[in-house]
Amino acid sequence: MKSLILLLISVFSIALPASATNSLASVDPTVFLIVVFVLAVFVGYFVVWSVTPALHTPLMSVTNAISAITIVAAVIVAATLPDSESVMRETWTARGLGTVAVFFASVNIFGGFLVTRRMLAMYRKKPS
Amino acid sequence: MTNANINIVVLLYAASAVLFIYSIRGLASPETAVNGNRLGILGMFVAIATTVWIVAPNLELVTVALILAGLILGGLVGGLMATRAPMTKMPQLVGAFNALGGGASLLVAAAAFYAPAGFDLLADNGNFRTRSLIELCVSGFLGAVTVSGSAIAFAKLNGNMSGNPILIPMRHILNLAIFIGIIVLVGLLVASAGQSEWVFWSIVALSLLLGFTLIIPIGGADMPVIISVLNSYSGWAATALGFTLGNLGLIITGTLVGSSGAILSYIMCKGMNRSFFSVVLGGFGGDVAEDAITKVAQSRPFKRGAADDAAFIMKNASKVIIVPGYGMAVAQAQHVLKEMTEKLKDAGVEISFAIHPVAGRMPGHMNVLLAEAQVPYDEVFELEDINPEFAAADVAFVIGANDVTNPAAKTDSSSPIFGMPVLDVEKAGVVLFVKRSLGSGYAGIDNDLFFKENTMMLLSDAKEMVENIVKAL
Repeated sequence: MKSLILLLISVFSIALPASATNSLASVDPTVFLIVVFVLAVFVGYFVVWSVTPALHTPLMSVTNAISAITIVAAVIVAATLPDSESVMRETWTARGLGTVAVFFASVNIFGGFLVTRRMLAMYRKKPS
Repeated sequence: MTNANINIVVLLYAASAVLFIYSIRGLASPETAVNGNRLGILGMFVAIATTVWIVAPNLELVTVALILAGLILGGLVGGLMATRAPMTKMPQLVGAFNALGGGASLLVAAAAFYAPAGFDLLADNGNFRTRSLIELCVSGFLGAVTVSGSAIAFAKLNGNMSGNPILIPMRHILNLAIFIGIIVLVGLLVASAGQSEWVFWSIVALSLLLGFTLIIPIGGADMPVIISVLNSYSGWAATALGFTLGNLGLIITGTLVGSSGAILSYIMCKGMNRSFFSVVLGGFGGDVAEDAITKVAQSRPFKRGAADDAAFIMKNASKVIIVPGYGMAVAQAQHVLKEMTEKLKDAGVEISFAIHPVAGRMPGHMNVLLAEAQVPYDEVFELEDINPEFAAADVAFVIGANDVTNPAAKTDSSSPIFGMPVLDVEKAGVVLFVKRSLGSGYAGIDNDLFFKENTMMLLSDAKEMVENIVKAL
């Protein structure tokens, strides 16, 4: 299974430069994103199957927390600068929507990680 | 726009993604999980710090105030939710988090629609790039479906609305019509080069509507699947956003979450022997058939026992397997159950717990409930590992579970649960069945096990019964 990932990585790393004379520079950035996406699907597949069923609930709460990585984009839109005076309405709309998104994501980050920690603290081994 | 070195930024986002991978990898065992969670928090810190570095030159006093307000308020609300929620309500909590995750993606997509320049979404002529516009719509669509779908799932799990499937007439055609409507609107938006706001918001509105109409017909019994599916959607929404904004961190992390939810949905479907499509199409798990079957069943003879009998049988057993179901958690019997196992262990009885994949209301729910009652996790076993053990067990103690023990799943091809993996409790010497009445389970199916020769029914409230057994031991 792990060899499959390695195979994919090597196929991509050989195929990409070979297809273009001046290597990666001429690759469309979208193709690059798609490559990352495909590899992430495989990483996700293997890493999630390795999770013990006993911890599937903490898995869900921790994925709630990390899916709030959207906070990164939310902060960027909340900090939007107007290009000119004519787009002030658009700028403030973006800032407002971004701020609420920061709030939502922040709930997930703090809530997700905290409740995961709370659950994990309850798991204990048989006293030997 | 920025003085941050873009190469270093991308590497830092990759580093945070690796830390997130570790946070999931840690969950392979309870021993490594706590540390994994810390790495996840570190990953989030790295990601946020990197972003602040990017936007630093853009920041004005007012935007700093807005971001900090959102962050702090969110932290407070999240902290309260995480520390207050009882373990029985974890499915609702995750449902709420799914909704917020989808909501964040939706709002960011909408914000990017209003401020496209900041994300380089415009072509040279100042109009939206068609590709960016479509990606934006996909993010908004996935986010919106997750929000409204999760809201319904939350309401069903939390008892704000009935867990019965609500069948909208011609719902498949309706859903298809809404979906086609969304695609037409996306076409309109592209045709207007992203200029018409109302088209964008109509897409959002229709997507929200689709979330409602998709989840409303799905019965309470299928909620473990649905909560996993929505978890998955909230991840894919982040991935779509990552494509729109060209952000690797969002793509990798969103995909991890999406895969996780998808795999959990698969495991839950397999645990119920349902195809993914039959769950999503809905209509299963109502109360319709319950009355008729239960009335027939109650006229059949069965053995009824008291707490003293159960205590006597278990004290003299050498191996007892406990099969807990959600009914145990509803009755809050897990703590007194733990006390019972302690007494039995003192008497030299070997105790293990058998967990069906869909024993709780979400994946792994029962394990958390037992962990909360301080049952050691190495006494708790999954279905495949414990099933061969029942033949060697003297007693199977079923408490608050029903359908997951039903032998009809193995023998009766006309049963709605035929083919579902079940726990082989009938192979144990004696089956002690704690149940309030002889009624059917969550899936509305009668259980033949109640009337078997070696079954003793302990008809009572789960907590009360276990308390009496503890007294008798």
